[in-house]
Amino acid sequence: MRRIIAFLIGMLVPYGVFSMENTPQRVVSINLCTDQLAMMLAQPTQLFAVSHVAFDPLVSPMAIEAQNYELNYGFAEEIYMMQPDLVFASEYSNPALLNMLKRLGIKVEAFAPSQSFSDVKARIAQMGAALAQEDTAAQLIADFDAQLDDLNTRPSTQVSAMIYAANGYTSGQNTLAHEILEAARYHNAALEAGYAWGGKVPLEILAINRPDVLITSSRYPAHSQAEAILAHPIIKALQSDTHQQQHLQDQDWVCGTPYVLRAAKNIMLGAYDDN
Amino acid sequence: MTIKLFLTTLVCTLFVISLFIGPAHLPISDSLVAIFSDQGMLTLIMYEIRLPRALLAALIGAGLGLSGAAMQCYLRNPLAEPGIIGISSTAALGAIIALQTGFAASFAFALPLSALLAAAIGVFIVLRLSGPTASSLTLILAGVAVSAFSGALLTLVLNLSPNPFAVYEVIFWMMGSVADRSMQDFWLILPFLALGAFLLLKSKNALDALTLGEDAAHSLGINMHNLRLVIIFGTACIVGASTAIAGAIGFVGLVVPHILRPLVKAQPSQLLPISALGGAALLLSADIFIRVVFPTKDLKLGVITALLGAPLFLHLIVKLRKGQAS
Repeated sequence: MRRIIAFLIGMLVPYGVFSMENTPQRVVSINLCTDQLAMMLAQPTQLFAVSHVAFDPLVSPMAIEAQNYELNYGFAEEIYMMQPDLVFASEYSNPALLNMLKRLGIKVEAFAPSQSFSDVKARIAQMGAALAQEDTAAQLIADFDAQLDDLNTRPSTQVSAMIYAANGYTSGQNTLAHEILEAARYHNAALEAGYAWGGKVPLEILAINRPDVLITSSRYPAHSQAEAILAHPIIKALQSDTHQQQHLQDQDWVCGTPYVLRAAKNIMLGAYDDN
Repeated sequence: MTIKLFLTTLVCTLFVISLFIGPAHLPISDSLVAIFSDQGMLTLIMYEIRLPRALLAALIGAGLGLSGAAMQCYLRNPLAEPGIIGISSTAALGAIIALQTGFAASFAFALPLSALLAAAIGVFIVLRLSGPTASSLTLILAGVAVSAFSGALLTLVLNLSPNPFAVYEVIFWMMGSVADRSMQDFWLILPFLALGAFLLLKSKNALDALTLGEDAAHSLGINMHNLRLVIIFGTACIVGASTAIAGAIGFVGLVVPHILRPLVKAQPSQLLPISALGGAALLLSADIFIRVVFPTKDLKLGVITALLGAPLFLHLIVKLRKGQAS
């Protein structure tokens, strides 16, 4: 029955128009992470606008590529005026905005945040399907797997590393940052320190556990107390007294994109230089 | 004298307890060894994390207790307190503007000086608005206006900051904390607090005379104009420097003199020094309380002092109303 209906519709709608309707022609992305995946997979004419955050080199590894697109600040009015046929958002984007867009008849595709490398691949596939660019997505996933296999062939080290971001937050299991550490052949010191699920690590605990590598976050312009903790004398003392290596958690760490492997390679080089 | 001795012992005890409390749960014996001999990381923890925290809590508590007592004696009004009348929030505003514009990084004392200047403006406005013999009504109204205005500006500055973390820090600046401070912070504010304390303690005899009324004080040879300047500058030094490092910690200056006043028969010359001791004891215990009861929550000091202070404030108002009725 369903087939017959589909056949009838196929007869009624000219073929070209039908395929146009399947392939989104004017896409707007409002989330930094969907921005990047969309820029990697979309045909240049498909993607119309990306979020303003994608232009910030501090958090966006594709700030230069973003220049090729319009920018949006994620306001319903603004997005509606762009007349997109599809909007990419995060599942955690402002729900009032997403509901408003749906009410206005705009199709919204929400992406869950990636918490692991397999999530990254799933999001690439999801993005590929949404843009009707499945082949490009498959190619990107294959490339990702090849790079990951290459990393996995490196010998495992006993070097411990801990993420220490603004406010002293660390990342434990089930986070992208944890997988990046493991891909770089470190083991995550947060697990032994009793922060297997992440959380705020007091400076005292950090000083006692003394991870071999400390990965701090890059600083934003202007002052914040949250980041002032990274300038505490104890952090400098760790560096000089224990020859601790310190790396920055840069824009490659922010989103579940293939850039996470570049992040792993960057912190890995440091460890191998030392050994 | 016995009160002074008791409070001094209390402050010393709390200070030592504060040194032995921390998330790392170091055994007391290890901590002691680490203080007196170089034990690497343990010594660093004691000297770079716990010592500045305890020192700052004691110093800032003492400063706030002292300046609260001085304000109350000068205005002869038990409601005058740096937090309530908005001086702390103007100081916080000064500190935030200095930090966000990058002025704080231009030279070592830029941060406490900016907060001091803003605090001085705050004291000046409140004294000006409430008049020399402040009635409670004008004082509180002036205080509400000043703290609402500077609180709003503070939030605005943090909102406009290009740093996404800044906006979440309104609570730090409004409530205050001494967590994760370093010895540098302590040395940075020590001269300002010492100067402020010197000025306020020096004026204690003048404040004694002032209890007899302004005219009587004048006839006793007290220069009211000078006294006013000394109080403004001394309070601004203390509140400004404290707030620049630890945010606006409220209620210490209200609660402490209020509790201690009956013990010294409300004599300013005695109330001032013991309020300093009492303030140190209160802030040290609040900071210990935070770490023992909510070790993972990083509670702000103002939360604890307000939990103690607000009921007392209400009690004060009820008493005031009764006084007016009779």
